[in-house]
Amino acid sequence: MSRLLVYLIPFLVIAIFMAMARYERRFAHDPTHRGFFERNGTVLGIVFIALVAFWTLFLVVLPYLYMVQESFHPKLVAADRGGPKDLLTLEQYRSFFIQPSDGSVNGTHIWAFGFSLVVSAAVTSLNFAICYPLAYYMAQAGSVQKVRLLMLGLIVPYWVNEILRAFSLRLMLASKGLINQILMGLGITDGPVDFLGNNVGLYVGLSYAYLLVMVFPLYNAVESLDKNQIEAARDLGAPWWRIHKDVVMPYAKPGIASGCTMVFMLSAGSLAAPQFLGGPKTLWFTSIVYDFFFQAFNWPRGAAYAFLLLAACIALVMLMLRLFKVSLGETIK
Amino acid sequence: MSADVELDRITVRFGQFTAVSEASLKIAGGEFFSFLGPSGCGKTTILRTVSGFLDPSEGAVRIAGKDMTGIGANKRPTALIFQNLALFPLMTVAENITYGLRVRGMNKTDRRRRAEDLLNLIALPRQGDKLVSELSGGQKQRVAIARALAVEPQVLLLDEPLSALDLKLRQHMRNELRAIQQRVGITFIYITHDQGEALTMSDLIAVMNQGIIEQVADGRTVYDAPGTAFVASFVGENNPFPGRIIKADKAGAVVETAFGPLRGRNPQNLKAGAPAILFVRPESLKLGKGEKDTTITSSVLNVAFEGNASHVFLKGAGKKDITLTVGRLESAKLPEQGITAAVSYDADLGLVLPEGKLARE
Amino acid sequence: MSSQTIIKMMIGFYICLFFGYLFGPLVVMSITAFNTPSYPAAYPFEGFTLGWFVKLWNHRAMMEGLVNSIIIGIGVICVSVPVGLAASIVMNQIYHRARSLYYLVTVSPVLTPGVIIGISTVIFWRDFSEMTGTRPILYKGIVLAIFGQSSFIAAYCLLIIMARLQRFDRAQEEAALDLGASYPQVFWHILLPFLRPALISASVIAFLSSFENYNTTTFAILADKTLVTVLAGEVRQGTTPALSALAVIIIGISLAGAIAYEVMKRHEERQSAKNAMQAKIAEQADLAHAVVAPA
Repeated sequence: MSRLLVYLIPFLVIAIFMAMARYERRFAHDPTHRGFFERNGTVLGIVFIALVAFWTLFLVVLPYLYMVQESFHPKLVAADRGGPKDLLTLEQYRSFFIQPSDGSVNGTHIWAFGFSLVVSAAVTSLNFAICYPLAYYMAQAGSVQKVRLLMLGLIVPYWVNEILRAFSLRLMLASKGLINQILMGLGITDGPVDFLGNNVGLYVGLSYAYLLVMVFPLYNAVESLDKNQIEAARDLGAPWWRIHKDVVMPYAKPGIASGCTMVFMLSAGSLAAPQFLGGPKTLWFTSIVYDFFFQAFNWPRGAAYAFLLLAACIALVMLMLRLFKVSLGETIK
Repeated sequence: MSADVELDRITVRFGQFTAVSEASLKIAGGEFFSFLGPSGCGKTTILRTVSGFLDPSEGAVRIAGKDMTGIGANKRPTALIFQNLALFPLMTVAENITYGLRVRGMNKTDRRRRAEDLLNLIALPRQGDKLVSELSGGQKQRVAIARALAVEPQVLLLDEPLSALDLKLRQHMRNELRAIQQRVGITFIYITHDQGEALTMSDLIAVMNQGIIEQVADGRTVYDAPGTAFVASFVGENNPFPGRIIKADKAGAVVETAFGPLRGRNPQNLKAGAPAILFVRPESLKLGKGEKDTTITSSVLNVAFEGNASHVFLKGAGKKDITLTVGRLESAKLPEQGITAAVSYDADLGLVLPEGKLARE
Repeated sequence: MSSQTIIKMMIGFYICLFFGYLFGPLVVMSITAFNTPSYPAAYPFEGFTLGWFVKLWNHRAMMEGLVNSIIIGIGVICVSVPVGLAASIVMNQIYHRARSLYYLVTVSPVLTPGVIIGISTVIFWRDFSEMTGTRPILYKGIVLAIFGQSSFIAAYCLLIIMARLQRFDRAQEEAALDLGASYPQVFWHILLPFLRPALISASVIAFLSSFENYNTTTFAILADKTLVTVLAGEVRQGTTPALSALAVIIIGISLAGAIAYEVMKRHEERQSAKNAMQAKIAEQADLAHAVVAPA
């Protein structure tokens, strides 16, 4: 039943859309306005609407709603689904806090959840610190040709996929890897350092994976800043760090927010780095979700965990945007 | 073939803002008709209404007697030349020119031939394979004209097409446009804020301000016998002397101004007691005393020598100075700065008009 | 030494460090592809070999995955580029107030963790295909991977196409209409050619994002495999220089692509510079003409 009810929600949203359009139309009469079908022709208009409807409904909204809906169901075998045992329940969410087996507090999962979010936030700040100088240099100081070359240099490594990038870092950081070879060769350490076990591999991997995602929004934001403003600040005798704090960063705030949001979301949801660069004891939240699907075959619980992660990420991002007074619209652009 | 265009009480509103209010006029077939006015006066709105990009909130456009309400821009017998020309950058010159024929289903060979004809008309023979980005501003201009003429419109609409050109070229293109209009013989509706363009090219000019058509007349009438205070002050230089009419008779009216009573023609038969403005053009003023009610006395603020003419600026009653233009021959006796001078005019070169808004300087 | 040079050197040093961080691991990995030991090591270099490439070629699962990846990539282009195009046009025409909500709905997949997109896609299509009895057609790894990836790749396409669309001069559309074109003709003759560069880059980005996607695909692919999921399995099991060999190939293709792009760009620039030169010459001729003969 709940599976069918889900279809009502998008139609409700569409109705709200239409109502808003009508309201706006009446509120601001615009003699230039042509109806959608008049402007695109009937056939093209229908094709456009159908494509957009397919995307927003079948690829975006309905899957989300189904996932949420799934998370409120018990784990059942296929035959029982839709049967009398298929009741709405909060069991999956409760299991995040309390172990269903013995009723004790589910410390492992809560820890993994917090750990994922904190590490993601840390990686976000680290990447901001690494990328800001480069973005600033590219946007303000570099010549056109140099910038294009740097751009290509930035993009090309990202055509190699995530797994291979993680693999390449593993070659560097493994106990027999190049860095340990160098460290031992120089006599700095006696035995190999376990970079993967102590999570250094994870941190480096996450940071490495999302450098590009941070550089581009920063670059775009700083690039449109008028160079004269910086000159003016310099003429007034402002030290370089004040120029950045008072002139460049406030101006680039939407770009900073956008880069940070993306890196945070991506790293909180990343799977490759923790799987291939984490140690045996590293518990990353998405890995737990993965295991529910592929090892425990408990989809409802996996869905509940995924939804918790999504909700937490959105809440955190919203909180940060509110704190830094940036609107979501600015961020996405 | 040319068609007449009629605007029947057209009002165009954007939300709360009224861009054009109750505009009515008739443009005869084959005429070169200009809308002249400052930016934001609603002239472009009128043009877009005629071409079909805007629906009037009230009223109707009739072309060749046919009501155009509900007929889209692509179905009207008009062609528009855009301010930025809007040539298609990804097409060659010939493809641009014959685009209108292509969408009408003309085949390729005929199009090719027609393109060559039109290229000859605009003096760009055998340049059809060039890209638009290879053309000069003037050449682009001519391609835009050819593209519009290719569809054989009955009315050609031009939205300040010369504004992007170099000054010298602009004057050259004025003549060319006028020549083309006479050759093809269709109705031209021309939008401009440049009075020089409007005066030199047009058969008739509609002067617009704040969405209202102030006057429709030929260039000479607009200049010599403006119908409203706005037209008097917008077209050409003019010195306004606001006041109240103290005497009105057959010969004219006398306005009590800051410089005493001044006389002028009274074409609108304004009655004594009415608030009015007396206008005297700078070139109508001459140095020296005249009749008592045609003489203005004020201090000389500045004298500017400009070669073929000189300008004398006298202190006016308000913020604006009184300007006096002196021809080359009289420039020997220019007054000195700082002295008090008397200037006068012929009574029938003064013009008394009802009080109204002046054009902003 | 002046402070200027010190700053310059610091910037240079920083950029070297940055790109060292970016490229270092890739370079090391590339070296291991040509080194003989079966554990991928760059040092000591025991002997040059191309054997790992051969091993890669003979790796059946990986080749199967590659074929699937290409099929999925093409499928994603076919879904997300038209969707992105339609969405950007609709967005451009939609009323102001509705626009921000629409924007939020369409761009939210970009910010959603890929894992969640993968899970939700699988759950929805499992239930939907069951409900409609289309399970044998729709509930397949390749189909779901295309759907799941398209949900966010279409949003990339939307953003790319939108950026170009916003630079579209409405007067172009009006000029075509004014010359008698119908709205669909405007779309095919004027708008689509104008958007062509954006459509091409959207296709390239769509293919690349699809090809290298892991988070969404690993769920959506079900029992099938793509190159990336095979790779993930390999990496999880252990490491072999064959993976490095694959990376070398990908890096090679990327570099070739980058160079081709740069060459194309330069050619275009030269062409437009030439056109501008022509226009300038014509301009001068015009002016001379206007001065000599004010007809």
